[in-house]
Amino acid sequence: MARQARQWRVGAVGIAVLGLTLTACSGAKVGDSSSDAGGSGGSGKCGTFNLAVNPWVGYEANAAVIAYVAEHDLGCKVTQKDLKEEIAWQGFGTGEVDAVVENWGHDDLKKKYITDQKTAVDAGPTGNEGLIGWYVPPWLAKAHPDILDWNNLDKYAAEFKTSESGGKGQLLDGDPSFVTNDEALVKNLKLDFKVVYAGSETALIQAFRKAEKDKEWVIGYFYEPQWFMSEVPLEKVKLPEYKEGCDADPEKVDCDYPVYKLDKIVSKKFSESGSPAYDLVKNFTWTNDDQNVVAKYIAVDKMTPEAAAKKWVEANRDKVDAWIK
Amino acid sequence: MTVAVEKTEKPQKTGSVEPPAPAESVRKVSRSMVVGAILVVWLVLFVVLRGKQTLALAAADLTDLHRWFNDVNDSIGANRNSNPLFLYFFNEIRLVIDSLVTFVQELISQPSVGRPVPQIGWLGVVGIAGYVSWAVGNWRVALLAVAGFTFLGLQGLWQESMDTLALTVSAVFVALVFAIPLGVWAGLSDRFNRFVTPFLDLMQTMPTFVYLAPLTLFFQIGPASATIATLIYAAPPTIRITAHAIRSVPETTVEAADSLGATRRQSLMKVLLPMSKRTVVMGVNQTIMAALAMVTIAALIDAPGLGKTVVQALQTLDVGTAFNAGLAIVVMAIVLDRVTTAASARQEAARLSKNRFITWRRPLLAAGAAVTAVLAYLSHTYLWAAEFPGEGSTGSTIRSTADSVTTWVQDNLSGVTNAFRDALTNSLLNPFQALLTDSPWWLVGAALIALAVVLGGWRAGVTTAVCVGLLVGTGVWSDGMTTLASTLVATVLVMLLGVVFGVWMGRSALVDRLIRPTLDAAQVMPPFVYLVPFLALFGATRFTAIVAAVVYAAPVAMKIIADGVRNVPATTVEAATSAGCNTWQIITKVQLPMARGALTLATNQGLIYVLSMVVVGGLVGAGALGYDVVAGFSQGQLFGKGLAAGLAIVLLGVMFDRITQAAARRTSA
Repeated sequence: MARQARQWRVGAVGIAVLGLTLTACSGAKVGDSSSDAGGSGGSGKCGTFNLAVNPWVGYEANAAVIAYVAEHDLGCKVTQKDLKEEIAWQGFGTGEVDAVVENWGHDDLKKKYITDQKTAVDAGPTGNEGLIGWYVPPWLAKAHPDILDWNNLDKYAAEFKTSESGGKGQLLDGDPSFVTNDEALVKNLKLDFKVVYAGSETALIQAFRKAEKDKEWVIGYFYEPQWFMSEVPLEKVKLPEYKEGCDADPEKVDCDYPVYKLDKIVSKKFSESGSPAYDLVKNFTWTNDDQNVVAKYIAVDKMTPEAAAKKWVEANRDKVDAWIK
Repeated sequence: MTVAVEKTEKPQKTGSVEPPAPAESVRKVSRSMVVGAILVVWLVLFVVLRGKQTLALAAADLTDLHRWFNDVNDSIGANRNSNPLFLYFFNEIRLVIDSLVTFVQELISQPSVGRPVPQIGWLGVVGIAGYVSWAVGNWRVALLAVAGFTFLGLQGLWQESMDTLALTVSAVFVALVFAIPLGVWAGLSDRFNRFVTPFLDLMQTMPTFVYLAPLTLFFQIGPASATIATLIYAAPPTIRITAHAIRSVPETTVEAADSLGATRRQSLMKVLLPMSKRTVVMGVNQTIMAALAMVTIAALIDAPGLGKTVVQALQTLDVGTAFNAGLAIVVMAIVLDRVTTAASARQEAARLSKNRFITWRRPLLAAGAAVTAVLAYLSHTYLWAAEFPGEGSTGSTIRSTADSVTTWVQDNLSGVTNAFRDALTNSLLNPFQALLTDSPWWLVGAALIALAVVLGGWRAGVTTAVCVGLLVGTGVWSDGMTTLASTLVATVLVMLLGVVFGVWMGRSALVDRLIRPTLDAAQVMPPFVYLVPFLALFGATRFTAIVAAVVYAAPVAMKIIADGVRNVPATTVEAATSAGCNTWQIITKVQLPMARGALTLATNQGLIYVLSMVVVGGLVGAGALGYDVVAGFSQGQLFGKGLAAGLAIVLLGVMFDRITQAAARRTSA
């Protein structure tokens, strides 16, 4: 009996507390403020725009600006998908990805998806030029200017020795996402170096950052445009000049990497959809400097990609207008 | 994570145990001499035959097998829209899982139809988390759950955390739907158990990078692929532990039920399942932990949540932001771990005692449910309860603290660490690696098989022979040997740390309680987060990879050894003390020898955990198999080689698992 009474008392107290909470609460209800319901109510013509975002900052800069313009000027609903290149290209066929907006070469993927499967089409250059090559930290280029010519590399090979390089100089190779001919290059140029695979962009950047700070000897594979260049402006080593076809046989490569005209790839369906977002992607071009500015906003000033895009778009309205006229 | 690991890892590894080899204590001395002899012969032949038939393969070179893998992959991609298997099978699976995940997301993390916020806001989620923890566990873990979830909000990561939670909950749910019945089956049938074990090994040791891209081919980009990737890795523990639980119900109990005339079905439902409930819950615990370990990797195929924050922060080497998000994963893991552990303890308590608390529990539970319902309603209706208030200022404090600590460490310690790195690399790693990679492949293979026979018996020898053969077949033998060298060095370090800290923790409950949360954190923190400072300290080297693997694997070894030391009967230790032994003697002559079983188990688990870090090692300079896998994930033409490298990692894992298991059975027999 007593137990039951106690239960009742607990229950009563509980209900009283609940009642108090309910009456005490006031404040905005969900749905009251319909101001920020998103731009999807705009032009119905554009619809959803699936934009792949590959995992490097330069790409993110392109994507952020395109997404910002598509959302605010064209009224599209932009879905950004974080994907590695290979997977993004796969998505063209299934309609999950409409556009890739910074492509580095990738002739194998072009063959597979543009020529063979016919699920993707080329949408022209982004205006950015991609350089790949061997780089050294600025202090080294300053202290030994002749190191910037490959002919002199062997002279310094001993300085580049590490615990990993088995008695030879270490050539730090990097991000597995990009094509590298470095093993063949070292062999065919008869350099006393060994390629050591750092395995990620993160590892490369840390290596160069530390090399510059502590004046260490590092030579490695790198590329631009890249946000890290605005922190540590690496210097490119001159390799034998690139000539058409000198890299045709991967075993026999003995020349520099070609200059990559970075381009945009879109899905076939998207290119035929008549969406204004397609025209935007097609017309989008800018310079390396433009991209570096946005990339710096994101990487160094730690702005969100959206805020970075907004800042750039507002400062460069004329360029944007040319894309969407 | 907690005590659970020690208790639950054992069954995993002893699942398919055959009767142990007869004890042979007399021959123990001769066995170590045989091992020595094998090594000497190997060394001599190495000197003679160095550099011949090493099966080296350059980074860009492929074998026919690799090209064939590529072709298969391409043809699947080309035919996916016309193949009925895709149209009617994979697409259906995808639809079901997609809608499940979307449903959970709209409930707690993503804006749902017609609303700018999810159905249940932060207040509701915190309330539900607290209530459920209390209902299945106890009030202490309920408090922890409330505090933990609120902390996620204070970090400024509420939505990301809820996305991660939604994906984890869905993946765990789907995993359990399949894993528990399969586990019961494997528990009842020896034949099925033998059949399924290799598949479970494959699922747990095959690096995720290998099947991530093919998965998106089968299930497209989106929640379904992320969920399936997660559950492939997360389901095996539940299957193994459920099978073990069913097997370890005392035979007499089952016989008693049989003699009372219970049918097979009745004895399953009324005897076997209820009696193994506690252990099964531990399996669920392990599955949740494994699912959380996949958060960052799933982010590479657009899985929403904390993983994305980590991955994006690392593009700009923003350690602070990555650490903040990593910490959120740790907090969530610790909450989920402690709650499921408490739930499992409650199962036990509830089974043993039917005391008067039960009568009190009902009304309290009802009252709690009412309060929770009100909280959920509030968070559904009012903005202040729906969106976590504040700017996440705790988060920015954590970020800047992590940044300054990292900078300090990088600036002040790198001289010391470099010397240490070079010493270890030159004295231990390089010679050992040379021995493995520069010997002819048949010599290494023969030595491995001979060692397996001596240490583990004929059966282990046969397994090793098969594994060596297949390793040669994968075409990445040389890379495999490089990886093997680093793996073994890392395992030695893991065991050194494991013995030192394990004994310390096993002897002192206070030390155990102080160290354990750190160990939990080291196991769940995404490796990507601490790789950046490690790179600054040690450069892109094999050593960095070894350190990362040690950070991940040492906690397991420490926990297992601590458990083993603690389980040495107190009377034995007392007897030794009264016989005048000092502390050192007690540890070396009594506690460690008596915890021999735990030491072997720790070696086994330490090695498996180190192997699971091979791919992460490939990202920081380890090269070899890890790099092959990463490159295969990134470049289409290397896909086949990446797959072969993944298989090689699995083979190494299976080989050493079987050898150490067989050796463990011998020592404990």
